[in-house]
Amino acid sequence: MTTKTLLASAALALGLATGATAQDTTTVGFVYVGPIGDGGWTYEHNKGRLAVEEHFGDAVETVFVESVPEGPDAERVMTQMALQGADLIFTTSFGYMDQTINVAAQFPDVKFEHATGYKRADNVSTYSARFYEGRAVQGHIAGQMTESNIIGYIASYPIPEVIRGINAAYLHAKEVNPDVEFRIIWAYTWFDPAKEAEAANVLIEQGADVILQHTDSTAPQAAAQAAGNVVTFGQASDMAEFAPFPRVSSIIDDWAPYYIARTQAVIDGTWESTDTWDGIGPGMVGIGEITDAVPADIKASAEALIERLRTGEYHAFTGPINRQDGSVWLADGEIADDGTLAGMNFYVEGITAEIPQ
Amino acid sequence: MDLSSINPILLLASLMVAATPIMLAAIGELVVERAGVLNLGVEGMMITGAVCGFVVAVGTNSPWLGFAGAAIGGALISMIFGFLTQFLLSNQVATGLALTLFGLGLSALMGQGYIGIKAPAFPDWHIPILGDIPVIGPIVFQHDPMVYVGIALVAAVWAFLRYSRAGLILRAVGENHEAAHALGYHVVRVRMLAIMFGGACAGLGGAYLSLVRVPQWTEGMTAGAGWIALAIVVFASWRPGRLLLGAYLFGGVTVLQLNLQAAGAAIAVEYLSMAPYLATIAVLVIMRAGRAPGSLGQSFHASR
Repeated sequence: MTTKTLLASAALALGLATGATAQDTTTVGFVYVGPIGDGGWTYEHNKGRLAVEEHFGDAVETVFVESVPEGPDAERVMTQMALQGADLIFTTSFGYMDQTINVAAQFPDVKFEHATGYKRADNVSTYSARFYEGRAVQGHIAGQMTESNIIGYIASYPIPEVIRGINAAYLHAKEVNPDVEFRIIWAYTWFDPAKEAEAANVLIEQGADVILQHTDSTAPQAAAQAAGNVVTFGQASDMAEFAPFPRVSSIIDDWAPYYIARTQAVIDGTWESTDTWDGIGPGMVGIGEITDAVPADIKASAEALIERLRTGEYHAFTGPINRQDGSVWLADGEIADDGTLAGMNFYVEGITAEIPQ
Repeated sequence: MDLSSINPILLLASLMVAATPIMLAAIGELVVERAGVLNLGVEGMMITGAVCGFVVAVGTNSPWLGFAGAAIGGALISMIFGFLTQFLLSNQVATGLALTLFGLGLSALMGQGYIGIKAPAFPDWHIPILGDIPVIGPIVFQHDPMVYVGIALVAAVWAFLRYSRAGLILRAVGENHEAAHALGYHVVRVRMLAIMFGGACAGLGGAYLSLVRVPQWTEGMTAGAGWIALAIVVFASWRPGRLLLGAYLFGGVTVLQLNLQAAGAAIAVEYLSMAPYLATIAVLVIMRAGRAPGSLGQSFHASR
């Protein structure tokens, strides 16, 4: 994918060269991990970018580079963006964390925003969404929809974000169906449709009739559709083209309000390094329509759960919860603190798999 | 670990499906390299075939026409490579790499309006009688037709290279183009035909991803399959039989490692992920390596 990046960077250089002449516009850069047409994660970030363009009109110019590999290459792309006049740069994948910090140290006047990470600096903010709230809803529906009691989970990389999602889904599936079992495949990619389809097929062959995915393409949805009786959920984007079945609901990332607010802060000169972690309540996490393929009573209880999460009445990680090894993590009624959640590197009790180290 | 949850019949059956795109692309490249041309643009031709096949299949609602379109698209883009290397004598390595870059970009452009659209269904064949044989039936005789097209292509290429006069000429051109030219064979024409065949096969392999295995269009969906096809050609020492083995081995270990993961095997995921590559390389290296075609990668011009 390096090659595509080169092409994209060349295009970026051209775009910025023309943009640099207009002094009074604010330039906002976006670094994407996948193609903007992935139909999932990057697609939604790009929708946020387009919303920024629409909101500010000529006052703001946006540039983006797609399919940037996580690693040293990302540093090069960010440096180039900063050198060519970007005022604010959003780096939209966990794997850009150290690169963002490195580049930010060299460009103290440029503001950086890193998605889903935990390292900050004077000119580096972090932002993320509480996707685990959406995962809790998915687990709640999945636990009741499964007949084989086997739920397949296509995970990407063993990072806290993904592990948190697995835990949240498992806890809420277990709550409604004590016999439920999770089969987890680590794809070690955010976006590889062939591999995701393969993983989905393997899970289906092993008896899973619900597939949850934490990878970005719609390939698992297509695999489930081909199998005929397998339930899926849209990831990062609505993936409504697979509704009403197999896709029975989805987690939708809505970055637009945040991107607009942060761009406004840069224009006003009020930008500060912050840590934003919003969930269903502020609207950063949306739950896609629960289709009629879900029985009415399950749908109603899922909607009640969404409402409790939205108002903050209920936290998706509320004790009693034990760690996988049986030790106590949260006592009865205790609520997980954000620090533990942000660095979560353990499974909860009941999951039989092991986290790759 | 719960190995009993792995169904060996389904495992072997999905092995054949997983191997097919690589096998299709690799058998085309094998013919190209036996003709003495090194085309590193397999990835670019595959992805072009994937998008061409998808566009045609959606437009006509026929997967078969989609595959035809993919073959034509792959052949057309390979002709750019053929024209540059055979007539303008450009460097084959650089031109092949450029073809990959070009194919990735072109396919992203062509696929703009096709993201999120579903491909027409391409049902599996349930071959009567043979498909009903216990164990072997579900493994071998209940796949979509392209699986058999792939195997038939490998067999045809094997027979062509070994027994036909045209195959002998193609090998002669690949082994020593000066000598072949002195005997009166048209080196450039033979190579152009081989390149087009290679492009068409890579296109079919790409379309197998976009029409059968995934099945939808997403940018960059081949994700390196073309490079694996290239590697398998070399490790198979340019022989169709070994190529079939290499592709099945790679496909098999890929599927097996996912199965082991899902079953909760106590092996680190990193080792499982690298297993397909290691196993394929190890087996094909252990089998005595062959010799590359003598004129592989060299430009030919009649005046020299």
